Amino acid sequence: MLDLINVSYDTLIPNNVGLSTDKRVLKALEKWHPGYINWWNDLIPDNFQKSLVYLRTAVSVDPKGWAKFDYVKMPEYRWGILLAPQVEGRTIPCGEHAGQPAWQEVPGEYRNMLKRLIVIQGDTEPASVEQQRFLGRTAPSLYDMRNLFQVNVEEGRHLWAMVYLLHKYFGADGREEADDLLLRQSGSDEAPRMLGAFNEETPDWLSFFMFTYFTDRDGKMQLESLAQSGFDPLSRTCRFMLTEEAHHMFVGETGVGRTIERTCQIMAENGIDDPYDIEKIRSFGVIDLPTIQKKLNLHYTLSLDLFGQEVSTNAANAFNSGVKGRYMESRIDDDHKLTNATYPVWDMVDGKLVRHEVPALTAINMRLRDDYSRDAAGGVGRWNKIIEKAGIAFEMKLPHEAFNRKIGVFANHTFNPEGNHISVAEFDKGVDEWLPNKADGDYIQSLMNPVYEPGVYASWIAPPKVGIDNKPGDFEYVKLHMA
Amino acid sequence: MSKIIDFRTDPSKYRHWRVEYAGEVATLYMDVDENAGLFEGYQLKLNSYDLGVDIELNDVVQRMRFEHPEVKVVVMKSGKDKVFCAGANIRMLGGASHAHKVNFCKFTNETRNTFEAAEADSGQRYMAAIKGACAGGGYELALACNYIMLTDDSSSNVSLPEVPLLAVLPGTGGLTRVTDKRKVRRDLADVFCSVEEGVKGKRAVDWRLVDEAVPNSKFDAVVTERAQEFAAGMTAKASSGIALGPLARSISENGSVAYSLVEAQVDRTSRRVTITLHGPDRPVPASTEALVAEGDQSWMLRLAREFEDLILHLRLNELEVGLWSFRTQGDPEAVLAHEAFLLANKDHWLANEILHYWKRTMKRVDVTSRSIATLVEHGSCFAGPLAELIWAGDRSYMMEDEFEGDNRPLAAIRLSEGNFGAYPMGNDITRLQTRFLAEPEHVEALKTQIGETLEADSARELGLVTYAFDDIDWEDEIRIFMEERVSFSPDAMTGMEANLRFAGPETMETRIFGRLTAWQNWIFIRPNATGPDGALQRYGTGVRGDYSMQRV
Repeated sequence: MLDLINVSYDTLIPNNVGLSTDKRVLKALEKWHPGYINWWNDLIPDNFQKSLVYLRTAVSVDPKGWAKFDYVKMPEYRWGILLAPQVEGRTIPCGEHAGQPAWQEVPGEYRNMLKRLIVIQGDTEPASVEQQRFLGRTAPSLYDMRNLFQVNVEEGRHLWAMVYLLHKYFGADGREEADDLLLRQSGSDEAPRMLGAFNEETPDWLSFFMFTYFTDRDGKMQLESLAQSGFDPLSRTCRFMLTEEAHHMFVGETGVGRTIERTCQIMAENGIDDPYDIEKIRSFGVIDLPTIQKKLNLHYTLSLDLFGQEVSTNAANAFNSGVKGRYMESRIDDDHKLTNATYPVWDMVDGKLVRHEVPALTAINMRLRDDYSRDAAGGVGRWNKIIEKAGIAFEMKLPHEAFNRKIGVFANHTFNPEGNHISVAEFDKGVDEWLPNKADGDYIQSLMNPVYEPGVYASWIAPPKVGIDNKPGDFEYVKLHMA
Repeated sequence: MSKIIDFRTDPSKYRHWRVEYAGEVATLYMDVDENAGLFEGYQLKLNSYDLGVDIELNDVVQRMRFEHPEVKVVVMKSGKDKVFCAGANIRMLGGASHAHKVNFCKFTNETRNTFEAAEADSGQRYMAAIKGACAGGGYELALACNYIMLTDDSSSNVSLPEVPLLAVLPGTGGLTRVTDKRKVRRDLADVFCSVEEGVKGKRAVDWRLVDEAVPNSKFDAVVTERAQEFAAGMTAKASSGIALGPLARSISENGSVAYSLVEAQVDRTSRRVTITLHGPDRPVPASTEALVAEGDQSWMLRLAREFEDLILHLRLNELEVGLWSFRTQGDPEAVLAHEAFLLANKDHWLANEILHYWKRTMKRVDVTSRSIATLVEHGSCFAGPLAELIWAGDRSYMMEDEFEGDNRPLAAIRLSEGNFGAYPMGNDITRLQTRFLAEPEHVEALKTQIGETLEADSARELGLVTYAFDDIDWEDEIRIFMEERVSFSPDAMTGMEANLRFAGPETMETRIFGRLTAWQNWIFIRPNATGPDGALQRYGTGVRGDYSMQRV
């Protein structure tokens, strides 16, 4: 059991920020910690809290050996506070202060903007854990269950990382915001999470994989742009978070890939050529490719909405003040100020889609979203390789970014996945082919039966090619505690 | 404008005013030296004035109170033949920066308010005896007097020609005093304010613009008669006053200022100043005789003089230092004892003057267009009169619990009887009443806390400070607040603060500062007045200003 009274923070929280000598932050974290543990304990079903999970724990920021693997009960996970090493002489990479030394303290002028960004980022981290709280009960294997919990504890650590920044740099306000991060709950009527996409439950494992592939990738892009922040502690925090975030994307990409692989395998074994012979394919307990495409359509478009308005003053302010950069800011060859630059942005003119040039400063969100779409296309290509290899005539596609949007210029307009502007009636007619409906959801739900035997996988998903930490196929990733 | 504008002066240095003292009645002559303007580029013709003229007038009024308590009536006259006063100098206004014009108007307004209030506060009534043209700022000088006499020579007149002539407004309360003090009918006021040549004789009386129009031949005699009548109706206070000696101060290269009880640490780079007021450095006078014997050296009087001079100095000379932090250091019990002595003897003329002086100085703080943060630190003496600084601030921060390596007494606030009436704001209610506008009963409840040592938790609980921070947070919270504050647009800050500071009732004073200066300052930046072809630039060329005809 955790000793909540005499917490030895130096040993309990791995950190490279000198916590033991920072009594200010230490005191704040001491006050915050019990609330966090309560939140964690309330969240995940009790028997999993007591199970031993084979997890990696971040213990250093050395790229060669930053994590170690071992069995741990989740509430005893060592949520460390780790910042990427300080880069000597780092300067503010963009905006009106470009070239000046990076801020090591919060500049009072941008305090509120920084706080808001950190709070929004911090709010998404626990939200996804909340969204995924019941998935342990239907895990298709111990391997997948372990991956779920790994993602969960790391989202928890990312919450710690943001709370650390709030405690360390934002005084009393910051502490209040940190408390509120535990107060809000995904899907709560009282106090929901800040962003819409984080208030939807993750109902099944395919959704979880899609979420980690598409929505966590939005998180990745946000972290990438915060890693470019002129506020050095934020940049360093986000740079380290990105090393963990890569695993989440891996879980998503391989999860969807293994689902596709299993479907292709069953189709081949049973001589089914037509990917649209849905009834027959489903009769073998796998998820047909068109339904997977529909899930893709849904999660991709929900994630696009997270980038906000295409033309945004907030984003312009954040960039210009040097608080937030662009994706790979340092590799972009321009003045990093965008004084006269323009960027093409989607717009609706007379019911038609056009892309026209606007001041690049105001198009920061649009640019990041374009970078995101390119980044997201990579995994889709690899999924298609699996299908191609199985000789099935089917191709997964990212829908047009105008499709199914609730935020930005496309909101309140109806498009098909190819990006053609269509009538509401046409949309209603086609929607069942484009987005998962209740029947699809029910079917997927019917497959969600837990498999708790080491080395065994549910009917609808293929085993991974390699184990975590190079463990053999029958490795017991989770030693279940079944009360 | 690189030279420092010095508000310290004394009669030996006057170029524009002279006073004749004759017992209960003093005669104040405005006799502006046209070649002694504060800046180059204009002559102060026709008894027109600039800031330098007003600095002297302010000094006259102040000395009248402290050095000449025997005076009951002050008759303001012109030392020139054909003109009483032509108002603010137009060439000076045409050449001055916007900031200077605004600061000039603010200071002249404060001076008008202070001689207007001298009757109620100090038993000194100012009356104007107008011969010759009395235009614009000249008539505003008269309006601030509590009795106006005009000679009926068929040419002397009073006027507010700013609108027709200059496309600006009367800048020192003229419009407000016409309607609110003189209670001139609004349509007549409208006529009066749109005619360049003004109103004279009987009509001026009929329209309530003056109290009395007197045939020219009898004018001087009637003025003297009136002055004596007034004096006879007022009670005597004292036969002699105290001398206000020169105020010693030093200003260092970086702009920091030091007096005996007040110091200002100026940081131009970060646009802030930390102002420290020190508690008593001498014991409470044993008696009112002892207080008089101390002259200008008694603690609270010296503090007020130094603080006032600093306020004026920083306002005019450090325009970019936008954030003032007030702190105090000293023995709070001694502060309370000094104040208690004055309050107990407020019927004594000097004790009364010192209390009113502190009131006026605090009012200067209220209308200062700088962000004000009060820092209640350990070792501070925010008690009674000094506690007013907390509520005059836009925000206040208080130290909570012990700080490492700091053995000064814990920060605490002490209320006194004085906080409940001795230092009202321009809105005529106390700072506590203004602060707790929604809860008058809370102000009543606070009276039970008089004399208590209110440390951070109680002070916060009672709503007396904005924030209290402990050792862990203090430094960072203050730093971040200050950095943020100075990053905002100074114009927006000025507007926001002025809006938020004066909750509660409107008075003539709040209207003068709020309504009029807001409009005037707007007009001052509009091309119709100050553009290259605006009225101020074209004044004297015979060509009217080129106006945009759009109504805004």
